Amino acid sequence: MRDEILVDIQHLSKLYPVETGFFTRTNLFVHAVSDLNLQIYRGESVGLVGESGCGKTTTGKLLVRLIDPTEGKIAFHAEDGVVDVATLRGKALKRFRRNVQMIFQDPYESLNPRMTIYDTVAEPLDVQGIGTLPEREERVAELLETVGLTPASSFMFRYPHELSGGQRQRVAIARALVVEPTFVVADEPTSMLDVSVRTGVMQLMQELADKLGVTYLYITHDLAVARYMCQRIAVMYLGKMVELAETEELLHHPQHPYTRALLSAVPVPDPTYKRKPMEIKGGISKPINPPPRCRFYERCPIADDFCRDNDHPPLEDKGGNHFVACYKV
Amino acid sequence: MSEGTVATQHTYVPLWRVRLNLFLRSLRTNWALFAENPIGLIGLGIIIFFGLFALAHPILMNTVWPSKIYDPVSGYDMEVAFHPAPPSPRHLLGTDPLGRDVLSQLMYSTRYEFALGILSAVVTVVIATTIGAVSAYYGGIIDTLFMRLADLVIMVPFLPILIVLSALTEVGMIELALVIGILSGFGGTTIVIKSQALAIKVKPFIEAARVSGGGDFHIIFRHLIPNLLPISLLYMMFVVTGAIFSEAVLSFFGLTTIQMSWGIMINTTQLFGYLLRFDTWWLLIPASLAITTLCAAFYLVGRALDEVVNPRLRRR
Repeated sequence: MRDEILVDIQHLSKLYPVETGFFTRTNLFVHAVSDLNLQIYRGESVGLVGESGCGKTTTGKLLVRLIDPTEGKIAFHAEDGVVDVATLRGKALKRFRRNVQMIFQDPYESLNPRMTIYDTVAEPLDVQGIGTLPEREERVAELLETVGLTPASSFMFRYPHELSGGQRQRVAIARALVVEPTFVVADEPTSMLDVSVRTGVMQLMQELADKLGVTYLYITHDLAVARYMCQRIAVMYLGKMVELAETEELLHHPQHPYTRALLSAVPVPDPTYKRKPMEIKGGISKPINPPPRCRFYERCPIADDFCRDNDHPPLEDKGGNHFVACYKV
Repeated sequence: MSEGTVATQHTYVPLWRVRLNLFLRSLRTNWALFAENPIGLIGLGIIIFFGLFALAHPILMNTVWPSKIYDPVSGYDMEVAFHPAPPSPRHLLGTDPLGRDVLSQLMYSTRYEFALGILSAVVTVVIATTIGAVSAYYGGIIDTLFMRLADLVIMVPFLPILIVLSALTEVGMIELALVIGILSGFGGTTIVIKSQALAIKVKPFIEAARVSGGGDFHIIFRHLIPNLLPISLLYMMFVVTGAIFSEAVLSFFGLTTIQMSWGIMINTTQLFGYLLRFDTWWLLIPASLAITTLCAAFYLVGRALDEVVNPRLRRR
């Protein structure tokens, strides 16, 4: 399972120009994602963790080509050869869309309120021209049952406002899976749901991953969710990946100071537990034309002059597939 | 999972039947919301009244009204000595200075007012919805182009344009409806619909459609426009009001080649110098009242639809 690369992201960057005025050409850029490298293997689930505004969602949207990257390559290994997602156009892009789907964060906004559940789920089939009408109907019914909306016939011709949040997210999952994709980007699919339905949806996604062999990139800010869902976790900070390791390894032996701070912020269900004082200082800043040094320098408890004077540290293997981007560990 | 149960439970119903049922159901729920509001019901009642009023004219002409006397354009009643004659059993709303029956004119004009109002509203809505959706979706140069065009259309005064137009060509009912529809469609209505389209364009379901492989055409016509239709329908009502009113103004000034309409009736009154005389009220009041009431009725329906479309306006 750990041998075949599905998605190979190389030096991926996305810069957004800062709007200043109508006539002045800006040279200020928000570095939403900068120089990201990541290999995703077939059949695994990779978690992308980080705080708000660190570029997780941008990365996800780049991978499904909802936005165009500024720089870099995304090699996608489809059955019929490798394609570079960053430069796909026209027919090739449409074919690529059969292999890659996305599940969105907010199930209240990601379903068209004027389309029935059937129309929503069958839309990818319709757009891609897969199957005849009765075939599509059967496929949708089958899939709705699979995602736990039973009996399918009582959900097919309802509108999204008649369903609960958890049911809507199941519809969104069904829509993502109807074209049998190999790779699904899940952008915090459970964060808008009640805690009680959250586990149900996560279980469903995992079952489907096993059954259909789907590879997930699971974007989340919740380490517990990432631990439940993912085999590997990548931690992002201000558009850079700072640490990447197997889930348990990362959670038990965090090496990057940011990951440690992130883990120390996870609540512990023990009233007598005394929290260690927060190691890092300050708050997250905006990555607008960041100076050429470690992005974490201002907040880092262990940074020294070397960190200040050198560019952002490269991601290095510290043993056992544990990658860390820090000069000091 | 229980794949076996799917086949048994899923009795095949043709898709169009299902869709028809869904459509009827949504019609019923929306009607319930609409009917809650007396304003809308009053408006609808008035519109239905005028509709029947218009339908009654050809029936009356074929049964009890001889066309020599009662024809709205060429009729003349020889047996009345002096025209305009006040209301009498023979002429319920009197006759005009040319000896034609006022009630017949009023009824005959109604159908054209409806046709004019609805045609211009449809033209407006088709143009405004398409342009609004397209310019919101693409943005950039297309957006700038259409929005500056809209500014231009709003800036250019309506009446002078029609004065120039009527000098160049004959302005009949259809031409007038098209001109009103186009001016309104490229003008203010587009801006309102575009602003709504901008709000819909950024919703994740648009992104989901794109991830599915949907092209621009698919997204505009399957996602954007269906979500714009309620507000389009609303503006349709207001355009009907505007169109009927504009027609009356233009006909009153004699700028159209329309043979008979409520505006023409007032124009005739004015031509013969009866406009500001209260003793010949039957020349002025019926037509003015009809214009006011029908305009108001469409406006009221529009207001009530606004509450159906826009849940925040509902008093709950």
